[in-house]
Amino acid sequence: MFEVIAFYTFSILTIIMFGIVVFSKNALYAMSALAGGMIFISGFFFLLGAEFLGVVQIVVYSGAVMALYAFGMMFFDTTRDVKENIHYKKVLYSLSIISAVLIVIIMSAPIYSANIESLYPSVIEGVGNIQMVGLVLFTKYLIPFELAAVMLLVSMISGILLVSKRMEMNLTQEDHYEEKGEII
Amino acid sequence: MITLTHYLVLSAILFSIGLVGVMRRKNLLMLFFSTEILLNAVNVGFVAVGHYYGDLSGQMFAFFIIAVAASEIAVGLGLLILWYKKTGSTDLDTLNMMKG
Repeated sequence: MFEVIAFYTFSILTIIMFGIVVFSKNALYAMSALAGGMIFISGFFFLLGAEFLGVVQIVVYSGAVMALYAFGMMFFDTTRDVKENIHYKKVLYSLSIISAVLIVIIMSAPIYSANIESLYPSVIEGVGNIQMVGLVLFTKYLIPFELAAVMLLVSMISGILLVSKRMEMNLTQEDHYEEKGEII
Repeated sequence: MITLTHYLVLSAILFSIGLVGVMRRKNLLMLFFSTEILLNAVNVGFVAVGHYYGDLSGQMFAFFIIAVAASEIAVGLGLLILWYKKTGSTDLDTLNMMKG
């Protein structure tokens, strides 16, 4: 009973929040709504028994990613409304909805047709979710885990290199054009 | 009782919201927000399928998707700030340099 109530509450709240993100004109409203939606999504993970993933979702998305967006928004003019001119509205909406439905059908058809057996069973007596995640992550998914670590390192270096000021002076030769006032 | 179908339908709704955002938005920052929505919708689907089949692989894949999303934000936002410094706007139409 509580599961049903929680599911519908979280789903309505998430859809409203993401609707605000997509349709709002103000960038700050969109960012705050996105942070709220991320936290409600972590509610689904707790409902599904994936406590570790729920905590990771809160820490990474509403902590790190939103802080990054907030830092990035300091560079942009966020008080002004976002101006967008859109052509072909009806074609756009119908195309996107049709393609989403198609993707869902493609993805869910094999699940319902075939008998899927679990490779790494999630429920073992006396072992919690976090312990199971650790066991599977460091045995079967060890190489992807290390690759993800290297990927995060590379992205961190590239983020520092792209934004930091001293690097910007000799990054490309486009800055040379900018000094002369010729912006391409 | 909540079944797998409920979660898959929710995931589809969130995915279509994100897809509408990707096609509708002309501001690059808002486009990044919409990609976050897409990734989260997929995450919900993965974890739900994993839960209803008693399998941990769904959670693992959701975990790696979160890692990919974090690194994508770091690189993409860096590039976006460089582009804003160069042109003074984050509009998608300013990228349209070749008059094709």
